Amino acid sequence: MAGIPHDHYEPKTGGEKWLHRRLPVVGLLYDTLMIPTPKNLNWMWIWGIVLTFCLALQIITGIVLAMHYTPHVDMAFASVEHIMRNVNGGYMLRYLHMNGASLFFIAVYAHIFRGLYYGSYKEPREVTWIIGILIFVLMMGTAFMGYVLPWGQMSFWGATVITGLFGAIPFVGDALLTWLQGGPAVDNATLNRFFSLHYLLPFLIVGLVVVHIWAFHTTGNNNPTGVEVRRTSKEDAAKDTVPFWPYYVIKDLFALAVILAVFFAIVGFMPNYLGHPDNYIEANPLATPAHIVPEWYFLPFYAILRAFTGDVWVVIAANFLTGGIIDAKFFGVIAMFGAIVVMALAPWLDTSSVRSGKYRPMFKWWFWLLVVDFFFLMWLGAMPAEEPYATLSLIASAYWFAYFLVILPLLGVIEKPLPQPETIEADFEAHKAAKNGGAGAAEATPAE
Amino acid sequence: MIRKITLSALTALGLVAGGAAYAAGAAGHVDDYDFSFEGPFGTFDQMQLQRGLQVYTEICSACHGLQYVPFRTLGDSGGPDLPDDQVRAYAEFYEVFDPVIDDFRPATPTDHFPKSGLENAPDLSLMAKARAGFHGPYGLGINQLFKGMGGAEYIASLLSSYNGSEREEAGVVLYGNDTYAGGYLAMGPPLWGDDVEYEDGTQATVEQQAQDVAAFLMWTAEPKQNARKEAGFIAVLFLTIFSVLLYLTNKRIWAPLKGKGTTPAE
Repeated sequence: MAGIPHDHYEPKTGGEKWLHRRLPVVGLLYDTLMIPTPKNLNWMWIWGIVLTFCLALQIITGIVLAMHYTPHVDMAFASVEHIMRNVNGGYMLRYLHMNGASLFFIAVYAHIFRGLYYGSYKEPREVTWIIGILIFVLMMGTAFMGYVLPWGQMSFWGATVITGLFGAIPFVGDALLTWLQGGPAVDNATLNRFFSLHYLLPFLIVGLVVVHIWAFHTTGNNNPTGVEVRRTSKEDAAKDTVPFWPYYVIKDLFALAVILAVFFAIVGFMPNYLGHPDNYIEANPLATPAHIVPEWYFLPFYAILRAFTGDVWVVIAANFLTGGIIDAKFFGVIAMFGAIVVMALAPWLDTSSVRSGKYRPMFKWWFWLLVVDFFFLMWLGAMPAEEPYATLSLIASAYWFAYFLVILPLLGVIEKPLPQPETIEADFEAHKAAKNGGAGAAEATPAE
Repeated sequence: MIRKITLSALTALGLVAGGAAYAAGAAGHVDDYDFSFEGPFGTFDQMQLQRGLQVYTEICSACHGLQYVPFRTLGDSGGPDLPDDQVRAYAEFYEVFDPVIDDFRPATPTDHFPKSGLENAPDLSLMAKARAGFHGPYGLGINQLFKGMGGAEYIASLLSSYNGSEREEAGVVLYGNDTYAGGYLAMGPPLWGDDVEYEDGTQATVEQQAQDVAAFLMWTAEPKQNARKEAGFIAVLFLTIFSVLLYLTNKRIWAPLKGKGTTPAE
């Protein structure tokens, strides 16, 4: 598939022709920048650029931080304080990196829920979606290992709890845990490998991001109507699209500037708001903190992990059916990873032929309930493991799975979708007419 | 469009608020003191930091260390801002172990404050960031959004909230305190009033000393706070202006397509 038909780069000068015959790099840049993009994209389509910015920010600040950081259990905590006190601008680099991780996850969650609402995961964008989920998983791994590096109390105990999850895997768990930690407990070997991997994984993410962009530049962007760009001819395609430059470059930059204004207000005025105070206490294997809580962006999945305790009937059933191989702890681990796997399977679980949630009257309700469920789980993840939070976590986790495994497949069958616009152009013109109050307003398809 | 922006903003805000849902261990009563360094424009009060340094030196330092703080930073602007000769003279009060000569020697400005002398007395360098005085409500982190994390408030409250009760546990006397989680702690009341004599004539009440040393410890925990807020303000100002320019550019670029402006599409 060659993508949406459009004018490709033609070398004009002698020098351009010389280079183009040997390495068509200018053509690649030109075609990427001028790619036809649906002209009706709304403000939820800005997160991609925010995410790209975050990745660059994290890599650049991270590389400089690594120049001053010491990955050793006796020196890691002090070296972070060295960065905060002695390195020129070090405090700013570290706070940017620390809060950059939060901005990264805010953007990725907004990006994922955008995809879920507008059906961006559906045919033919399954590969883009799967790669996106892989990026998300790598991001979680990178962020988790990064949080261990300052070697504070939460770093240490978070690492102990999360690596401990792998110990729950039957038969190989103990061996796997020792292999992961590089010893019988989280210690210097763990810190060293986490530092190494924390430096490596972002570059794997860069690679996947390139493939992610390549994939959706082949299928074309989805858009709020979910109606595909016409590919019958260059002229038809041009009616549905605008070139990425300058239309979306400027729009995305505007959105990025607004978001960065908020981001810098947090970095400048309240940089520790999203962090945990206990991480300003050096790691102490002999003193367990009262509550071990992960960073906020892991909380929804942490809540799912804790929800499935030994007294839940599905856990008891699984335990019985597998002859005790799947116990409560392992079930929790499966549930936590399963919560991401079901998301990855959304393209095949959603049976509706209509892509955009805008034209799916029943889907809308369930979708917004999923958003509420996500925030609810986030809140529950920060609460202590006691009643009523345990029961509420179970209900909220159950809805997460039900949405993907039951509701999405069923809705496609029972729901009667609303009529979709013929083309993106028709939707764009209708929206315009409605906004400008012109004569076309009467027959307009409501665009929101 | 506005609705979409609002939605995006709400999503982001919700995530942010959700993030601060947790905070360090529950504490008792914490007073919301008015510190000079609060808010986006708040800066450290140099005189208060010097008074706090005095309280730390004459009282706290008997047991507690400040191992991450170099003496030379006492002369940094935005901090206690002592003149060079005073920093040098202050450092010489302390003895540090020098592995090169394998012996103790008087400290120089490039050395750090010593570690805690008493084994169970925590180091105080980062204490103001390692404690959160404010929580909730309902684990939502909204109080911290408006009041701040409350580390300095926690310290000031703890130091002035001894209630006089005592309890013996396994041969150790614990002292009743309304701020400390659990109500009793091993540290006896360190402040009684007029424990130090301030050079600037400030009355050395328990509350005054507690707040001064809390402010000083906020500085030891976050010595670059003034510079950070300044950088943040400039960044926000620049990005706001930049946003306005980009907004106008964006509007102008899209105007022909959207049938507004000078060249309507139809």
